[in-house]
Formats: sequence, C-alpha cells, structure tokens
Amino acid sequence: MRRRWMSAVAVTVAGLLSLTACGGGGDGKSAGDGQAAKKQVEVFSWWTGPGEADGLKAMREIFEKRNPGLTFFDAAVAGGSGDKARALLSSKLQANQPPDTFQGHAGAELQGYIKAGKLEPLNALYDELKLKEVFPQQLVDQITYKGNVYSVPVNIHRSNVLWFNPKVLKDAGVAAPPKTIEEFITALEAVKRTKKIPLSIGSEWTVVHLLESVLLGSLGTDAYNALWTPGADWSAPALTKALGDFKTILSYAGPAQDDWQPASKQVADGAAAFNVMGDWAYGYFHNPPDGGLGKKSKEDFDWVASPGTDGTFMWLSDSFTLPKGAPNRDGALAWLKVAASKEGQDAFNPKKGSIPARKDADKALYTDYLEWDLAQWANGKLAGSIQHGVVANDAWKTAITEAVGLFLQSKDVAKLQQALVQAAQTNNQ
Amino acid sequence: MSRLRRSRLKRWLPGLLLVTPSIVLIAVFVYGMLGWNFRLAMTDQHDEISEGSRFVGLENFVALWDQERWGLSVRHAIVFTLVFVGGALALGWLLAFLMEKGIKGEGGFRTVYLFPMAISFVATGVVWRWLMNSGQGEQAVGLNRLFQAVGLGFLENDWFRGETWGMAAMAIPAIWQMSGYVMALFLAGFRGVPEELREAARVDGCREWQVYRYVVFPFLRPVTLSALIILGHISLKVFDLIVSVSGKQIITDVPAVFMWVAVFDAHDPAKGATIAAYIVLAVAVFVVPYLIWNARREKRS
Repeated sequence: MRRRWMSAVAVTVAGLLSLTACGGGGDGKSAGDGQAAKKQVEVFSWWTGPGEADGLKAMREIFEKRNPGLTFFDAAVAGGSGDKARALLSSKLQANQPPDTFQGHAGAELQGYIKAGKLEPLNALYDELKLKEVFPQQLVDQITYKGNVYSVPVNIHRSNVLWFNPKVLKDAGVAAPPKTIEEFITALEAVKRTKKIPLSIGSEWTVVHLLESVLLGSLGTDAYNALWTPGADWSAPALTKALGDFKTILSYAGPAQDDWQPASKQVADGAAAFNVMGDWAYGYFHNPPDGGLGKKSKEDFDWVASPGTDGTFMWLSDSFTLPKGAPNRDGALAWLKVAASKEGQDAFNPKKGSIPARKDADKALYTDYLEWDLAQWANGKLAGSIQHGVVANDAWKTAITEAVGLFLQSKDVAKLQQALVQAAQTNNQ
Repeated sequence: MSRLRRSRLKRWLPGLLLVTPSIVLIAVFVYGMLGWNFRLAMTDQHDEISEGSRFVGLENFVALWDQERWGLSVRHAIVFTLVFVGGALALGWLLAFLMEKGIKGEGGFRTVYLFPMAISFVATGVVWRWLMNSGQGEQAVGLNRLFQAVGLGFLENDWFRGETWGMAAMAIPAIWQMSGYVMALFLAGFRGVPEELREAARVDGCREWQVYRYVVFPFLRPVTLSALIILGHISLKVFDLIVSVSGKQIITDVPAVFMWVAVFDAHDPAKGATIAAYIVLAVAVFVVPYLIWNARREKRS
C-alpha cells in the first residue's frame, strides 16, 4: 500500500518537473491565437518608467485609432538602460523569433544586428514618408550604415549639457558660465577655493558621459566626428591634449556618487557647482517632488552647452526597427509610420521629456529647457554620443568604458590613450 | 520466475522513478550546460548573432590574462574571499563560543544572528549600499553619519570606493549575512562533543581552557572545513551583492561581474564563457578536495 503511494508521488513529481522544465518554450504570442481577426503587433521596448511609459501610451492611442484592424501588444521589459530588455532581445533574434518591432538606440548600437542581417533596411519607408526632408540631414547621415537606414528615431536627447548652480558660481566670483575648456578649468579652480565641490560625478558611466563632452569640447566637432570613421587616428597629439584636459577636469571632481541623480542633486542643493549630464537631468531638477526635486529653472539651477561645444548638439535617440522575419510585417510598418509621424512624436516627447527628431514639430509644446533644446537641434551641428550607443557599437563602447574605469584608478593618460587606440583598432571597421 | 521479476521491479521502480527526473535535469541543465560552456569557451564566437565558429583550443583562456581588467578582478576576488571567509569564520565561531558558554535567552539570540541568512544578497546589498555611502563631512549618510554622531568621525572612510581596501569593505555585508549561519554550524559542532569526554578531561586534571584546547576544538575540525567550503564557493561566485551595492563598476569588478559585461554588454559569448569556465574551475579547487575527503571518510567509517 505504502509503496504504491510512493510510486504515485514519484510519477507526479516527475510530471511536474518535466512540465516546469519544458513549459517555458512557448512564446507569448500563441496565447493570442484566439483573436485572429484582429492582428497583433508586438512592440518591444524598455519604456516602463514614469514619463516614458506615458509617452508610449500616447503613441499607442494614435496607432490604434489609425489602425482599427490591429492590436497593440506591449512587450516592454523593465530596467533603466535596457540591459535586461536587450539581453532578452538578442536571444530572441538569435533564435529567429523576433518581435514585430523593437526599440534600440539609433546609431552604432544597432550595428551588431545589422551586420548579422537581422534588420530590414527602411529606405523605402523613408522615401514614402519623405523623412529625409524632415529629419536633419546630419542625423540621417549618422544613422546610415553602408547606404541604408535601419531605424526610425522617435525622440532626441542631448548629452552635452553643463548644469550649474548660479548661486555657487556667484559666491565663487565666476561672472558667466564657462564657454571653453580653459574657462571651465579656471571656473573649477575658483569654486575650489570656496570649499564647495567644483564638479560632481556619479558612478563610472557618468564619467564616460563626461569624457565624451570633454573630447567634443577639446577636439572640436569635426575632429570628434572623424574619430568614428574607419582608420581614424586615435594616437594623435590633439587627442593626448584632450585626454589631458579630461584628467585636469576630473581632478576637480568631488567624491563619486552612487548614480547620476545624487550627483545632479549636489548641484541643485548648492553643494557642488557643475555637473555634465544629459537633458534627462532637467526633468529631475524641474519636476515636482517624488520623481523630481521641484527646483526653479534659471534660479536654483541653470544650463549651457558643455564647455567648447556651443552650437553642437551631441545627440542620442530612441528608435524603432523592422526585424527580418517579423511575424506581422505590415503591422510593424504601421507602427513605424506612427513613430515617424509629427502627431506621434508630438504626443510622445513632451511626456518623455525629450524633443522630436522632426524639424517641423509643434514648437508650442516644448517650453523652458526643451524650447532651448529644440532651437539648438534645428540649427546646430551634430555629434553622436559614445555612452549612449550612437557612434561606437557595444563592444567598442564596453572597451572605452573599461579604459575609463581603469583610468579612474591609474590616472595615467598615456595608458588611457593606448587603451583607446587598441579599442579603436579592434572595433572600428 | 516472472513473479520474482515483478516483485523486484516493484521494489526498485518507484525509487528509480523518483530520482530519474532529477538525474535527467541535472545531467542536462548542470553537466550538459557546463560542457557546452567549456566548448563555447574554446571557440572564436566573439559576437552573438553571426553563425558558425571555429575551434581555437585554449586561446581565449590564455588571452584573458593579457587584460588588465582580468588581473584586477581576480585580485579583487582574492581580497574579497580572504576577508569574507576569514571574517565570517571568526565571527561565527566567536558567536557560537559565547552561546556555548551559556547565556540567557539563547534561543532568541540564535534567531537574531541566524536571521540575516534569510535575506537575499540583493536586499542586503541595497541596504548596505546606503550604509556604506562614501559621502563624508556634510555629505555623510549611513555609517559615516553614525560615526560622526557618536564622535568617531576619524573612522569615516570611502568604503567600497577605496582602491586598496574597497573589496575588503565590500566583504562586510557578506560577513554580516553569513556569520550567523557559520555560528549555527559551529554551535552544532560544540553540542556534538560528548559531555563524558569533557568530564573525563576534567577528572584528568585539565583546566577549562585545556578542555577546549585538547578536547572540544579538535572536534570542530570537520565543521570548520564544511564552513570553509560553503563560504569559499559563495565568495568566488559572488555577483548579486556586488552589483546591488556598486553596480558594474571597475572599482569593484570581480570575475562574475566581468563575465556579465562580456556577455551582455560587449556581446562576446566566447570571452564570457571563458571567464565562467575559470569561475567553475576555481570553485572546483575548493569543492573537489572536500568531496574526495568526504568520500574517504565515509569509507573509513
């Protein structure tokens, strides 16, 4: 009797184990087979946070109004910079089970997928919607890979912004925010004498973020953009000087904070004078508490282009793509049309706190910082961000991050440059 | 005849059914995956999506040592292991020793000390990230603030952001978490010493410390070894604690974090598999001798 009972348990356990082991194979879409009449479009992103998720929802409403025959399936995966989403995405692409469309940073970050032949070129869509006329020419150039465009940028963020505290600057006797790297160093020195933190920094990635702004400011826009063309000379003396500037500027940095928010907060609180961060810092400074700091712009905090980069917009962008073999290709194209449209971008961006990639956007929707930002976008030169995946592909970016991390300990400029040369040789093709 | 066979079948079939699923699952998902990982580590699959890869032998294993970051992460892992294993053993032993001497409300203390083990490393990390904030002076929070408040301001330090001692500081939360468990192991060890032996030693004229020195401590050797193995392999694989305290920064890089970066940031599966292989080998260095020692001991008894 007891033995029979035991074998029953054994069989049940075996069954359960094999169920749990193999049950994960089915993909989420088979569940939607019931509503075959309304075709589903799977949109994969990492927009789950406040602001960004609201923006996505606004675009979704437009999409569903325009396409009554299609259902929007939100396949968002949580996690700030998309680490987890991208890990899942590459395994899906490798298994040739792509979502219908996915979010990615426009530019070199998509190169791995493009080289492996996982993405469809979108030239036809660009021609159909005349997108080359409404996006800045330089943007189209910088996201073109071997003559083809593979993504539709929905929004634009700016990376080269110098945030500062006007009161701290005034106390230190700095009359105007610095315009060049030399002025920046003088201002940092002046703040240092008042015992405040001259420059606040966060974790390692914020230092890479600082590096890209210093490189752009020290080298100038054309020389900076040339670094990312095949065969670029990373051992040039101009770069040595730029890295020397970087070292000098970094020597004024306060103790590293946990992430970018506490570092920005030091500026808002008047503990530090300067911080170089992307324009998402504006939302953090400006939004009411729980989410933001509720500070007054131009009074508690202020901004200029980071030193030496006035007139140049260092951009990064979220974009959508069309994977090869998308189960619902037409649905994906319908989504891309919404993402590219003026209506879609104007619905998304004010909520997310970024500006549209289109030059013809409704300017009235963008106020205060975003107004300045939009004007600079329409009229400035462009440069791509390193940290945010525009100019360097993932492997190259990781190598640069590693070099900067090691530099933070050694403070050895020659070694940093050597590592950067090495990284460029391995990855710049 | 057939009845005999059937009854024999009846005897071993349920048992076999009971263990088969786990044998199959372990064979596939542990040893199969391990083998697959080692195979991947010996190919030139340096990006995720391109198809086809070449067998390159131990090339990746050698190339890794040329990288400054690898040397740094190995050094970090060694510092972390020494401080964590040493600290948890010493503290756990001390707690067990105090308990063993007999205190009031032992049950309560035991629960309190054992409790941190119930918390995941991630949760521990989130709390200690705040406690070990490197801000000093006006910026101080967490432990640095506490030091100020009790007049021990000179103890304020950078914690895990310090270059030399950063990894030693990183081991503190791990010690906090695991020393209660070590205490429980040692306490069981202490309680396993027969009272007759102690009595006999006392009758033979041993002082109390001699009773411990010659009778009790030798009994604890197997427990110490088990604790060493358990802590050692946890330490070599540590990932969650570090990532939740400091994220993926070079200043606290260890092999497991480096592996994550190689696979998921740089998209280099072969390199990640190589690092993973080294971690498995390092854990094996701890675990295999223990298994052999255990098997021998069982044979002897």
